[in-house]
Amino acid sequence: MNKSDKILLVTSSPHIHSPYNVPDAMRDVILSLIPALICGLYFFGLPALKVVLGCVVTAYITELICLRASGKEVKIREQSAVVTGLLLALCLPPSLPLWMAATGSAFAIVIVKHLFGGLGQNIFNPALIGRAFLLASFPVSMTRWSSPLDGVTTATPLSILKEASGQPLPELSQLFIGNVAGSIGETSVIALLLGGIFLLYRGHIDWRTPLSLLATVFILTTVAGIVRGAGIEYPLFHLFSGALFLGAFFMATDWVTTPVTKLGRILFGIGSGCLIVMIRLKGGYPEGVAYAILLMNVVTPLIDRYTKARVFGGVKRNA
Amino acid sequence: MSSGSFMGGIHLNGHKELTSGLKTIQARIPDRLYIPLSQHIGAPCAPLVVVGDSVKKGQKIGVSKGFVSAPVHASTSGTVVAIEVMEHPGGSFVPCIVIDNNGLEEWVETVKPTDDPTALSPEEIRGIILEAGIVGMGGATFPSHVKYTPVEGKSADTVILNGIECEPYLTSDHRLMLEKPDRIVAGLRYIMKSVGCNRGIIAIEDNKMDAVVLLKKAAERNSNISIVVMKEKYPQGSEKQLIFGCTGREVPAGGLPIAVGVIVNNVGTAAAVADAVEFGRPLIERFVTVSGDGILHPANYLVRIGTLFSDLITESGGITGETERVISGGPMMGKTVFSTNVPIVKGSSGIVVMKKADKAGEHIEYPCVRCAKCVDACPAFLEPTSIVKLAKRSRWNETETANVMSCIECGSCVYVCPSQIPLIQYIRRAKQAVMAGKAKAAAK
Repeated sequence: MNKSDKILLVTSSPHIHSPYNVPDAMRDVILSLIPALICGLYFFGLPALKVVLGCVVTAYITELICLRASGKEVKIREQSAVVTGLLLALCLPPSLPLWMAATGSAFAIVIVKHLFGGLGQNIFNPALIGRAFLLASFPVSMTRWSSPLDGVTTATPLSILKEASGQPLPELSQLFIGNVAGSIGETSVIALLLGGIFLLYRGHIDWRTPLSLLATVFILTTVAGIVRGAGIEYPLFHLFSGALFLGAFFMATDWVTTPVTKLGRILFGIGSGCLIVMIRLKGGYPEGVAYAILLMNVVTPLIDRYTKARVFGGVKRNA
Repeated sequence: MSSGSFMGGIHLNGHKELTSGLKTIQARIPDRLYIPLSQHIGAPCAPLVVVGDSVKKGQKIGVSKGFVSAPVHASTSGTVVAIEVMEHPGGSFVPCIVIDNNGLEEWVETVKPTDDPTALSPEEIRGIILEAGIVGMGGATFPSHVKYTPVEGKSADTVILNGIECEPYLTSDHRLMLEKPDRIVAGLRYIMKSVGCNRGIIAIEDNKMDAVVLLKKAAERNSNISIVVMKEKYPQGSEKQLIFGCTGREVPAGGLPIAVGVIVNNVGTAAAVADAVEFGRPLIERFVTVSGDGILHPANYLVRIGTLFSDLITESGGITGETERVISGGPMMGKTVFSTNVPIVKGSSGIVVMKKADKAGEHIEYPCVRCAKCVDACPAFLEPTSIVKLAKRSRWNETETANVMSCIECGSCVYVCPSQIPLIQYIRRAKQAVMAGKAKAAAK
């Protein structure tokens, strides 16, 4: 009999929450891109830094303007625009003029993200549409590549492979480290792998997507290699070059634009892998990661619809 | 050593070390006890006493004519001073019999040991369980005698005792398993007999290996009782997930465990059954954990039903200044009480006192980013985010197609949601709407 008069707070269960929220996750994604960013800056120097800053700063400012304009509360702590800007910069050529990079970044934020409803509502990966937009608008600047460290204009490994111009292909070890021509953040497989493993460890991405995507590309290019009479080096070359690792770990795993079901994520990976190989081997471009993932973004709602899990204790239900 | 589990679920910081190593203390029996007339699922009891009556410990003071119900008993001897409506830890207001303790601890004459408990028939055991007012002590408080009564066309072949205790902070079941393993095994045998089945399982999470050792020893002469070790994961103790982990059987969506021949009981219920069958004792006390970051001295107590939360909190040194919430049960599925003037009831496994959380203070709900963490966490394989998007637009029929009724409200989706969306509130709203729609359709 010890009556207390204190009125307590009443809340609905659960009364505890995981310490991780959206800002933490965005911070983790930014952290996971740091190794690739460092490699890009090391290999491509000052021009790359200009592109990165241009994209990130533009994305951030545009995001603030869009939030204000749409009457949404401005949440400074939520850094998804920085992620978009950074991802876009990492898939642009280092020699791209600053104003072009900034335009692409603004396009990604305004058109692809906010016109569709803002965070969580976009159908397409903003960074990839930004890249596609730039490629369509400025095809020359977007396909001028500089070789690492000296900045001399050269061809990417995949275009050397495609054009079969007789120029020597880089060693696999060079591809692995990233000492080849390409987009700022796509060349170093080891750096991207580090970031990807970090995201897997933190539980932000599902292993199913990158694994199914990479496995599909490997298997298909192995078959293509056999048909063309090339050795084991052929599929490995495809695996380690271009934007494949950047796409597999950072684009195909984007939360907003990819399936939410486990089976759906596998299908997304396989579909992207098939399209990548198709574009690389039969298409007009030497590289097709961005377009492949964008095309799969389109079918994401469909994949989700047809891969719904069976409810516990229930039978498989079709949509 | 088998280590069963289920798909989905989440990993929580258990905070169990606060109390798991402390021996259970007999809580002070308060001067005044408040015994709610409804401490179970089913028909509430009508009082058998009036104000001014003197009652003895264990005396039946409330009973209902309904089959799905359980009588209530005086937890000590004394005088009935009032029968009044007061708040219940479940959130509602129910009539309570208020008893002033006379300090004599005098048992009612009807409480006496059974001569030969092994000779009792299943019907007799169920009769004793009904008279003792035993209900599911894990929190669901379903009357046990009803659960054990055979249903036409369905039979159970397995009884599972739930010793999982997957809620953070709670350790009352753990302590019971450590301190009374023999009572749990004895209770399980009576339950198996009353149900008429020959296979008993005691399921324990692998963070309580000391209890596993003791229960294995207690059950070693019973070849039909096995101890199953389960992986530490929330909500491992959820009935359907537990049955799947132990037997590989999936209870059909919308069905009861008996559909797959299983009856699940809390370990505390089994111990209460043993006390009722062997000693004739009704359910008047239980193990209760008092823990949380807002309490001075976390502990486990053996508590008389009807003791106020505030009495136990005072006994634990009181609450700290920043205390914001007091939860009846665990922090994942328990209910917050708005006042500590509520009594311990048969289903009270614990009181968790929580300080004002740092992050909750700046609770911001972000838009859904489709991260699918809720989909991965859902032990019922639902898509909480999709259901909530439908619920926000009042598209109730579609939430039903999305199996909203299979949600067990474990809260895993809300816990993991990085956008801090109160998914479960929307889901509860959708469930209500679906049920209301069904009732309307049935009325036509």
